Amino acid sequence: MLARIQVPAQARRGDIIVIRIAIQHPMETGYRPDNFGRRIAKNVINTLTCRYNGIEVFRAEMGSGVSANPQLQFHVRADSSGEFVFDWVDDSGQRGNERAPIAVTG
Amino acid sequence: MLTLSAVAAEAPRQSPKSGIEYAGKDVRALQADDFGNPGMLWVTRGEKLWDAPAGRSEKSCASCHRDAKASMRGVAARYPRIDQNSKTLLNIEGRINQCREDRQGAEPLRYESEELLALTAYVANQSRGMPVKVEINGTSRINLERGREIYYRRQGQINLACTHCHEQNAGRRLLADTISEGHGNAYPIYRLEWQSAGSLHRRLRACYFGVRAEQPAAGAAELLDLELYLSWRAQGLQVETPGVRR
Repeated sequence: MLARIQVPAQARRGDIIVIRIAIQHPMETGYRPDNFGRRIAKNVINTLTCRYNGIEVFRAEMGSGVSANPQLQFHVRADSSGEFVFDWVDDSGQRGNERAPIAVTG
Repeated sequence: MLTLSAVAAEAPRQSPKSGIEYAGKDVRALQADDFGNPGMLWVTRGEKLWDAPAGRSEKSCASCHRDAKASMRGVAARYPRIDQNSKTLLNIEGRINQCREDRQGAEPLRYESEELLALTAYVANQSRGMPVKVEINGTSRINLERGREIYYRRQGQINLACTHCHEQNAGRRLLADTISEGHGNAYPIYRLEWQSAGSLHRRLRACYFGVRAEQPAAGAAELLDLELYLSWRAQGLQVETPGVRR
């Protein structure tokens, strides 16, 4: 699954930083019929987590109300250099992950 | 040169206005934000495909064209244009597929497939900010005139031509939306209604559907002629790819 993430490459210790992630996904609601009137099975990214140096700092549980190609944004306090690791899974069992390093000074 | 100046004289009198200027504040903000713009997902995918080998030659786009940021800069602003070998009109999608077949020995990509949209968006994105300027010469002039004829031809059960909405009533309301001048300078766009990126031909087919006319297939000669006319009409507008529209 294709995703784009935005994590500042550098930050000062104690800074509040903005983390963003956008994932290409149809987020099929489960309410739509196909051209033959059959229901299209629900398939949304149901869980997304972000860990900062191994500690979970963000978790989203999503459902049918979230648009296709969802984009999420949250704030984290930078306290040490390391890595942000994103993991997510959709209803069909497909998994995705992305990671980005950060250098914290001061 | 005489014919060229004759064409220029027939250009729309007012300076063209991009569709984004008719969009609401939220849509404008989404397009302007390079991370938030969902169309950038297709650009990113296109960037990966650019380096991926394809077909019997096992060559990627980058094998010949190297860094797209340099080699593709300004290309989309000049398309559609006449291919010198086949003497036919090609848009970016057509050019990509021609390269795949002739140079890479690969199957052409289906129009509106994720891969073709991604590559088209990636190539067109390299021309962002550059003014649209298509070349009108002996051969393409015939396509331009055909495109112009389609633009002013009434069609469908609703019996409307492009001009009735996008020229005579641009800026006015049609139900909940504002009618734009119908320029193609931001394509492929991310359309919120589609929840996906889509090509100019997809949008044109939607207009054909709207006036209840028979839809040409995406990539059809009729739509290419119309695309050339739209680009000629939009000249001077900046390429915005990937645009965001409602």
